[in-house]
Amino acid sequence: MIATPATEFATDGRRIGPVLMDLRNITLRFGGVVAIKDISFDIREGEIRAIIGPNGAGKSSMLNVISGFYVPQEGEIWFEGKKRPPMKPYEVARLGLARTFQNIALFDGMSVLDNIMTGRLNRMKAPLWSQAIWWGRAEREEVENREQVEKIIDFLEIQNIRKTPVGRLPYGLKKRVELARALAAEPRILLLDEPMAGMNVEEKEDMCRFILDLNDEFGTTIALIEHDMGVVMDLSDRVVVMDYGRKIGDGTPDEVRANPEVISAYLGVSQE
Amino acid sequence: MQQMQTAEAGLQSIPALLARNATAFGTRTAYREKEFGIWQSWSWAEAAREIRDLALGFLVLGVERGDHVAIIGRNRPAHYWSMIAAQMCGAVPVPLYQDAVADEMAYVLGNCAARFVICGDQEQVDKVLEVGDRAPEVRHIIYTDKRGMRKYDHSRMNALADVQAEGRAAEQRLGAELDARTSGLGYDDTCVMLYTSGTTGKPKGVVLSNRNIIETSKNSASFDSLNEREEVLAYLPMAWVGDFIFSVGQAYSAGFTVNCPESAQTMMTDLREIGPSYFFAPPRVFEGQLTSVMIRMEDAGRLKRWMFRHAMELARRVGPAILEGRPVGALDRLRYALGNVLIFGPLKNTLGYSRIRVGYTAGEAIGPEIFSFYRSLGINLKQLYGQTEASVFITQQPDGAVKPDTVGVPSPGVELKIAESGEVFYRSPGTFVEYFQNPESTASTKDAEGWVATGDAGFFEEDSGQLRIIDRAKDVGRMSDGRMFAPKYVENKLKFYPNILEAVVFGAGRDFCTAFINIDLTAVGNWAERNNIAYASYQELAGHPQVYAMIRQHVQEVNASVAQDPMLSGCQIGRFLVLHKELDPDDGEMTRTRKVRRGVIADKYADLIAALYDGSRNVFTETEVTYEDGRKGRIRATLTIEDAQVVSPALHHVKAKGIAA
Repeated sequence: MIATPATEFATDGRRIGPVLMDLRNITLRFGGVVAIKDISFDIREGEIRAIIGPNGAGKSSMLNVISGFYVPQEGEIWFEGKKRPPMKPYEVARLGLARTFQNIALFDGMSVLDNIMTGRLNRMKAPLWSQAIWWGRAEREEVENREQVEKIIDFLEIQNIRKTPVGRLPYGLKKRVELARALAAEPRILLLDEPMAGMNVEEKEDMCRFILDLNDEFGTTIALIEHDMGVVMDLSDRVVVMDYGRKIGDGTPDEVRANPEVISAYLGVSQE
Repeated sequence: MQQMQTAEAGLQSIPALLARNATAFGTRTAYREKEFGIWQSWSWAEAAREIRDLALGFLVLGVERGDHVAIIGRNRPAHYWSMIAAQMCGAVPVPLYQDAVADEMAYVLGNCAARFVICGDQEQVDKVLEVGDRAPEVRHIIYTDKRGMRKYDHSRMNALADVQAEGRAAEQRLGAELDARTSGLGYDDTCVMLYTSGTTGKPKGVVLSNRNIIETSKNSASFDSLNEREEVLAYLPMAWVGDFIFSVGQAYSAGFTVNCPESAQTMMTDLREIGPSYFFAPPRVFEGQLTSVMIRMEDAGRLKRWMFRHAMELARRVGPAILEGRPVGALDRLRYALGNVLIFGPLKNTLGYSRIRVGYTAGEAIGPEIFSFYRSLGINLKQLYGQTEASVFITQQPDGAVKPDTVGVPSPGVELKIAESGEVFYRSPGTFVEYFQNPESTASTKDAEGWVATGDAGFFEEDSGQLRIIDRAKDVGRMSDGRMFAPKYVENKLKFYPNILEAVVFGAGRDFCTAFINIDLTAVGNWAERNNIAYASYQELAGHPQVYAMIRQHVQEVNASVAQDPMLSGCQIGRFLVLHKELDPDDGEMTRTRKVRRGVIADKYADLIAALYDGSRNVFTETEVTYEDGRKGRIRATLTIEDAQVVSPALHHVKAKGIAA
């Protein structure tokens, strides 16, 4: 493992823990196309880790590797000090990873509450017969899970749309519901794929506040992909910069901002 | 409190009433709040315990007799408890408007020299911190919602739950001190201080004594025979005197249940779930509900629309009579009962009015159509007239004598007189003690005999004996030819159209009247959708020629109706424009209770007013706006000005035919 002190404190006093996930020399190919080329980085407990890069840099592929949707041809993924074998996405989900999608993937016909409840699926263990007659274990589980879900609804301030079918909601709120569903799984790592894409300024501000608050309040580890540079620099503790499938920068927002390669690739070369 | 005699004599403060309720109604529900999707409740005995813990916690923090404790947050049991706990310590609670910006807050906190501030959440804490040096007396902040507060410097800050825990631990040490302070509260000690919304100038702190609050609450509760079984929904700003009377004064004196909604956005759902039996709402809430019912009915199927139309026709004809117990034919009664099963019952249930026994509206005039809509459904909606300085009640309508254009008879214990100028004066047990540290204003409002000027012009209707308010006394003026000018009278008529949200009429000292109109985005937006009118922004919709045509239609109808009143026929509107932005309290154009600030608007839009009178067809303007987060921006627009037809009084009976005023 990389030698880092077990615990250190971020500037604002938040606790940053040991390495939770370590990605080592990941290479992902689609036929002849190399989407990710020999990338290594780690995610530490309690931090907000951003992956940025221009379009087609391989950010979403990277997230899909983390979530287990793509299996890389080369490289290793270590999670909580153990090497993770190739897994199906649902197995990864059981390990404690939850994600949101760039293009919202909710059940349009179901209510907000039911959508969020689906995030608790991995925590419902009652046998079918019990669920069918809603008695005994199934009832207890439902109550417990509903309580957790209600806390999330309260946290994300969506009480007023609890019973509204998701299909009727505006885009910004759907994004919030997606976040709620991912949170409902009580993930070890929360993966956010462009959480602010397509939002107006006010919605972005709200989303930023929620991300910061949930990291602060619950200590949730967050890995996010984002286009909006301002957002990334404000939110994250550390940033990985990708370009054409390669890693060209890694460090705190300030370090990354000062990195000449990053500037030329992502921010554009200054002409002055 | 074994004997009734001693009990009544001892009930000279809200904490004393609380102790009475904890004994008399111990197991009845005192507070309910929806949290995590479930209604959590506290009985009177439990509430008394919570409040005591909090009061002890305040003592630990060093709350002194006579301190001012500011409370800023939405309607939550914890915030009501804070007010009572402060009173138990001998301190004075000062609830503030939670949407006040930091500047407004700075003035009030500085003015009352609040030493303790209870904040609902991080947002309010941030504002108090931003005020900083401008309120140097603030010693400690207590917040209810812990969210986002972990990183703050806690040397002068605590969570409310922690204060309670510390208080609980200090029972042995400070219990006797607390009891001594609570039992020392007298009838003439200050109960609460509320800041007026400040239509003119800086807000003033209205000092209300225990006598004011308790006497008024008792009188008004007996007027409507309120008892401990009532349910109310506490959703109006805590800083407003009405909420203090309904959710504290009357709730404690009658012992009924106060329900707090989950959040401001869920108020309508919560209203429906609770089904209050006693309900207060400003006219705009009733208007909003009616508008949404009508919009949804337009989208309903043919059969439903037909049923709704027929049932409502019947209800309009016989509903009010049935409600007031007047004779109605057996067949109509039967049909109304059927309508109740099919239409009125389900509709009332949807609106949350299934169990309503007494409903009040006040603050602004309510449209007669809207008023009779609710009454015809069998909802006992009435009007009252009041103000902060009177502990709300000046006049109210008794059951069975309700009219849309009057505000009722004097409330029990209130004396009324009308000055020669037409201004209404009152004297009552609820009359405020004074304006805080402002003897000049106190003296100019309340005379030596205790008569208070309301600032409103009105008269008693001869046939019903009820009071009718025309306008603010200072807004009533003369036009250049000496005819009477009462802007509010015309504005109210305009606002009765669902498409018009707000109107401001000018004309004092002028030859004719003009108006600014604010469209109602919900209603007009819906209308635009139906008529395939595309628009990208509020501004574009407001300036649309078809919208102008529609508004002109409304203005002309109002003119015809105004012309019927010989005293006020001069107030017809000759020219008008539709404003490119909504008038907003954040821009200082309205008070927090959404009353138009004429002075501010006249200054800010002087260019528009000039254009209304100089005959130009359109005018370019640039306006500063404040966004919700306090940032400022500018919007530019070219506004069209249109002429409206004015009806000469001689012709009015022809033109006005078929127009409901």
